[in-house]
Amino acid sequence: MPKDKCSTKNMSSSIQMKYGIVPVRQLLSTIYAAKNVQNKVLSLPHHHYKISGSRSASSTAAASEKSSGMQFRPLYLDAQSTTQLDPRVFDAMLPFMTENFGNPHSRTHFYGWEAEAAVEEARENVAKLIGAEAKEIVFTSGATESNNISVKGAARFYSRDKKHVITTQTEHKCVLDSCRQLEAENFEVTYLPVKSNGIIDMNELEQAIRPDTSLVSVMAVNNEIGVIQPLQEIGELCRSHKVFFHTDAAQAVGKIDIDVNKMKIDLLSISGHKIYGPKGIGALYARRRPRVRLEPIQSGGGQERNIRSGTVPAPLVVGLGEACRIALQEKEYDGARIKELSDRLVNKINAQCTHVIRNGDPDRAYPGCVNLSFAYVEGESMLMGLKDIALSSGSACTSASLEPSYVLRAIGAEEDLAHSSLRFGIGRFTTEAEIDYAVDKCVEQVNRLREMSPLWDMVQEGIDLKSIQWTQH
Amino acid sequence: MVSRIYVLSLYHKLLREGSKFHNYNFREYTLRRTRDAFKVNKSETDPTKMKSLVEEAEKNLAMLQRQVMLGNAFSHESVMNREFSKTKTPPT
Repeated sequence: MPKDKCSTKNMSSSIQMKYGIVPVRQLLSTIYAAKNVQNKVLSLPHHHYKISGSRSASSTAAASEKSSGMQFRPLYLDAQSTTQLDPRVFDAMLPFMTENFGNPHSRTHFYGWEAEAAVEEARENVAKLIGAEAKEIVFTSGATESNNISVKGAARFYSRDKKHVITTQTEHKCVLDSCRQLEAENFEVTYLPVKSNGIIDMNELEQAIRPDTSLVSVMAVNNEIGVIQPLQEIGELCRSHKVFFHTDAAQAVGKIDIDVNKMKIDLLSISGHKIYGPKGIGALYARRRPRVRLEPIQSGGGQERNIRSGTVPAPLVVGLGEACRIALQEKEYDGARIKELSDRLVNKINAQCTHVIRNGDPDRAYPGCVNLSFAYVEGESMLMGLKDIALSSGSACTSASLEPSYVLRAIGAEEDLAHSSLRFGIGRFTTEAEIDYAVDKCVEQVNRLREMSPLWDMVQEGIDLKSIQWTQH
Repeated sequence: MVSRIYVLSLYHKLLREGSKFHNYNFREYTLRRTRDAFKVNKSETDPTKMKSLVEEAEKNLAMLQRQVMLGNAFSHESVMNREFSKTKTPPT
């Protein structure tokens, strides 16, 4: 197959070289003639929207090299921000985007029943993955909404005699911002610090719990450094103090073992697009026995146990259900592979680079999230040099700002190390070749940037940078 | 009882279909996953288990045929495709 692609490319570029600017029609007919050989059934015009520049140029990969700087799609190593939609998931969704378009809440006709049956099957699959019952799953638009409903909903419902909420400093923004909102509503919030390995101190949590505490919200797997919090211990502590325990498991579900009954979790947030499902769908697990009551944020038709009104998007829900089914089925296979690739990445980088610090406790972290700080190198400059690798220096939500990550600050990373971090996200579709390529490129960039850095020279000469007084005053 | 020839033909059909993905990651995953799944279940003797595995493979083959067509309609060349064409390593 790649051979066909090459010939298309060469053909059009050779025409261009020969004749300079080629008439659009001639160019297109050449391309389509070559394309139709392999793609008889579906010959869609290729991506006019993808590449800015002239329409004719955007029609081929070869021509697009000229019109835009991007030649090829970079390899993807950012599984924490989002993941590819698994073809199996997409395949399960398609019937519900074409033929089976019914509203799952229509009780009077076949279209509704068909969609409802599919939604309920998906609910079963989601529940099975976390050891819950189907009735306890509520579909939402994503983990952000699930977190909002959990934190605000539970706190507000029990607000008459309980006005205190506990969370951690390394939570995702949506939990932290929900807590800020609660503070504005006269709730008290305790933001627990974490230890330097990224894990909370159980004694501090126990001391923070008060008689008027209604909720403890601690994320399962951190989105930036991948550390896994001791869910079972927290769950047991909360249950013994009769406090509800919410966990944001967007990065954890399908990747680490989660059992809501064993871990005594009362509320749990799930995201679709972190587990190879579609974007725009998530789920909330809300325990029925002992029952967690929530004040809904969105008012409406009372769907989803009155917790989340609004028509359930059947195609997306089917996608989430299928993604959860596959996640359960492939847990061992994917887990072993991701561990292997993660070790390969860390070992190779450590073998070729010095002064590399792994953020977060590697023994208590999900291996698919590797956060490394390259000392004396600025993270953003490195990303600029790694244009053909899709990486991030932290969470996608804050990647637009140049502020160092608050998660790294919370684990006590020095300012300079927080600025020099890169997060490698390994997923189901990552290959050995991609890891090797990424390592080579990273090492190359680190060496290049360190050679330019005066700080690196001083370190090589054995000067302790901390001993230097940079300013006169 | 499922015949050996039929299982082998399914295996080859799955690999052939998977290798048609333009998307590097999907192509590699399909090939790797197919090989590993057949390797693990190579010595399965339980007829009901065999039947369900064959049914799963048939379902996956139909899924692949649809998804290869859909995926390739929107595909671009990736960095890894380029790497492989440079080093002349076959993309397997």
